[in-house]
Amino acid sequence: MTISTEDGIVAAVAEAVQSREPILVQGNGTKSGMMRPVQAARTISTAALSGITLYAPKELILSARAGTPLPEIEAALAEAGQYMIAEPPDLSALLGSTGKPQTLGGIIATNLSGPRRVAWGAMRDHVLGIRAVTGRAEVIRSGGRVLKNVTGLDLCKLLTGSHGTLGIITEITLKVLPAPEATGTLVLPGLDAVAAVAALSNALGSPYSVSGAAWLPAEAVATIPALAELRQSAALIRIEEFAPSVAYRIARLRDQFAVAGALTLDTETSRTVWRDVRDAQPLAARPEDAVWRVSVRPSAGPSVLAALRPHGVGGFLDWGGGLVWLAGPADTATHLAVEAAAQAVKGTWTLLRAPDALRGAVRVIPDEPAALARISRQVKAALDPANILNPGRLYAGA
Amino acid sequence: MIRQPPPKPDVMARRDSIVAGLRALLPESGVIAEPIRLKPYETDGLSAYRQPPLAVVLPETTEQVAAILRFCHENGVRIVPRGAGTSLSGGALPMQDAVVVGMMRMNQILDINFGDRTAVVQAGVTNIGITNAVAGAGFFYAPDPSSQLACMIGGNVNMNSGGAHCLKYGVTTNNLLGLKIVTIDGEVIDIGGDHLDAAGYDWLGLLTGSEGQLAVITEVTVRILRSPEGARAMLVGFRSNEIAGACVDAIISSGIIPVALEFMDRPAIHACEAFAHAGYPLDAEAMLIIEVEGCVEEQDRLLGQITEICNKFDPISLKVSQSAEESLAIWKGRKGAFGAVGRISPDYLCMDGTIPTSRLPDVLRRIQEMSDSYGLKVANIFHAGDGNLHPLIMFDANDPASFHAAETFGADILKLCVEVGGCLTGEHGVGVEKRDLMPVQFQAHELDQQRRIKSAFDPDWLLNPSKVFPLTEPEAAAQAA
Repeated sequence: MTISTEDGIVAAVAEAVQSREPILVQGNGTKSGMMRPVQAARTISTAALSGITLYAPKELILSARAGTPLPEIEAALAEAGQYMIAEPPDLSALLGSTGKPQTLGGIIATNLSGPRRVAWGAMRDHVLGIRAVTGRAEVIRSGGRVLKNVTGLDLCKLLTGSHGTLGIITEITLKVLPAPEATGTLVLPGLDAVAAVAALSNALGSPYSVSGAAWLPAEAVATIPALAELRQSAALIRIEEFAPSVAYRIARLRDQFAVAGALTLDTETSRTVWRDVRDAQPLAARPEDAVWRVSVRPSAGPSVLAALRPHGVGGFLDWGGGLVWLAGPADTATHLAVEAAAQAVKGTWTLLRAPDALRGAVRVIPDEPAALARISRQVKAALDPANILNPGRLYAGA
Repeated sequence: MIRQPPPKPDVMARRDSIVAGLRALLPESGVIAEPIRLKPYETDGLSAYRQPPLAVVLPETTEQVAAILRFCHENGVRIVPRGAGTSLSGGALPMQDAVVVGMMRMNQILDINFGDRTAVVQAGVTNIGITNAVAGAGFFYAPDPSSQLACMIGGNVNMNSGGAHCLKYGVTTNNLLGLKIVTIDGEVIDIGGDHLDAAGYDWLGLLTGSEGQLAVITEVTVRILRSPEGARAMLVGFRSNEIAGACVDAIISSGIIPVALEFMDRPAIHACEAFAHAGYPLDAEAMLIIEVEGCVEEQDRLLGQITEICNKFDPISLKVSQSAEESLAIWKGRKGAFGAVGRISPDYLCMDGTIPTSRLPDVLRRIQEMSDSYGLKVANIFHAGDGNLHPLIMFDANDPASFHAAETFGADILKLCVEVGGCLTGEHGVGVEKRDLMPVQFQAHELDQQRRIKSAFDPDWLLNPSKVFPLTEPEAAAQAA
């Protein structure tokens, strides 16, 4: 059902509560391939709840309804020389979604962030305010339209990344920032994962405000047109600043590392390359593979890659080594190997893409410890007492 | 005057056995119950309110915290967590029947990992203690509340503390990776870890800023950042608040985000200059402190661009610091602002609303009108980039009428903040101070929703009671009786 007002969503939820029928909550459905499949009698889409409702560039804030296509927001920001700080990825191609673009509500409900996350925070860090319809068919607000706000419990954080299981997000206010004048990338070729992560850690621990730090093995480099001629692995270090600062900082880092064959990418090439990293372009090639995102402390990233190579799982590293993008056979045994590799270094995983049968059969994200799971069920019941919002999306039977 | 509900008679009647039970859980020095020794714990940074607790416990380990909470839960005893007691909103104000859990003995830095840019610290480590521990390697912990010499990271997490540099680096919630918490029934849970963005619900985000309502935090994993090559400040005086506000807009519109952008009005300038002798412009109606980072050439370029912008706003004075020492002097006035106001007025209330920055001139004018009508002086200090306003209302605590007027004046300012699209508190927290104003910002069903989430963690409402949420009807009735 497509509904064009928040009141309409309240009414639709109230109806579902009455009939005790579960609801599949979505925007344009570009991420319906993520997490566990939801079996629901009803669907509520926020796609028609669209449009930017407030944009005050001088106050660094933008508000929009949940169904607003992300490209529309990105275009409005670009026109005023600003951008979304967390650089949200567009995983539509990776997730096999064609047609309509992803929505703001979708990227908030999944809390997906791009390469800049390592330096400047996740989507959740820039959500200043949220309106949502709870499973009680009530509209609640948290936060607001100001940059600093600690009034009451931070339900913006709780709702962001909750995958539509705690409320249907209807409007979001984001902190935005002026887009940097220039972007530069230092490419260090030929390093293995361990050496590359050491270099990335040095770069991120330098005073130069590195805003992207990734490592691509040779086979991943080959999938990125702007880098294809390199024919070997590449560690990528990004600086986004005023143009003279980009030049100065890249030069300092280049001297510091003194890696043979180091290259510098200009603004335009950098933007293309980092877009491909952001959208996990290297993993798009094999649609039959399952795809995971594993988050670990950066120094542990290479060990996760190494542990999974014998299982036919390949990938690349972002966030200085802390985000391990993986693709491999879509079966339970491989998934369990990914879980084990993440757990071995106290990390976390998300099964991002897999056939429904696999997604329904395994833990797409780690289980919570028992004491937390009890609280988690109580919080879910506090917001969605009838358990009708995206039931089973995160955990089996919940 | 904000009132607290009466103590639970059954708990008061069992006072001695409760203290004995606590003594069985902790070393002898870890339990304080003698009235004279409870005195230091009777208040926090909101010193107008005082109430000695039933007892104070000073645990040294997470296991001891768990044992204390389990015991208090079984005995229906309320808990007030406390760090350094610097809360300006009464977040650590005791109750007569409550046990204060003081975290100051849990002051160990457990791990520093420069490669992964993390530090694991116990809740009682001071904010500056983290930076001091990593500064030798050129790193720092970003949020820098004014109380950073004293305040503790556990309190920072509970209040989601900010500081002067959060326009660039964010507040506490943006600089955390993990927590170790103890629930009211004594369960120890690890939230997050040493990686970014744990899957599942964002408990880290919910717990941060929860003001002790959900759990007791015993350990924190923070992100540490490499310090920039350098930083330098400039000082600009303007003819009016309006002009200074317009200049802030122009700087942000230029694409420059200074690492700090602080605003002071005339009374604040005078108070701080008398205290710090930082060369503040005494003839200005408003003043900005603007700080940028980078290598010397980068600083020069940015300060040059900002100077060019400021010059379009007819500044009375404009001074670019030429050295680290000059920058320090500029900051000394701002960082000592509260002490400086303390020198010209025996007592003051520090308010903490946030407003949309475009409403600044309007809001300052209305605050001045209120100041005139209440007959109380006010000095305004403001994180201009992010709209976080700190009016300091001066009053005389020996005169109950003056205190009452100051509280009413403060409440009027916060209502104004909400009216213009802002909020009651930007970084100090609701605590006791703003508890009864919550209905100004939230509707009843929204507060009920937050209460239900609190109940999911703390079904018996034993954790830091009578704060954040307006009292329920039975509590209010008991209070009136």
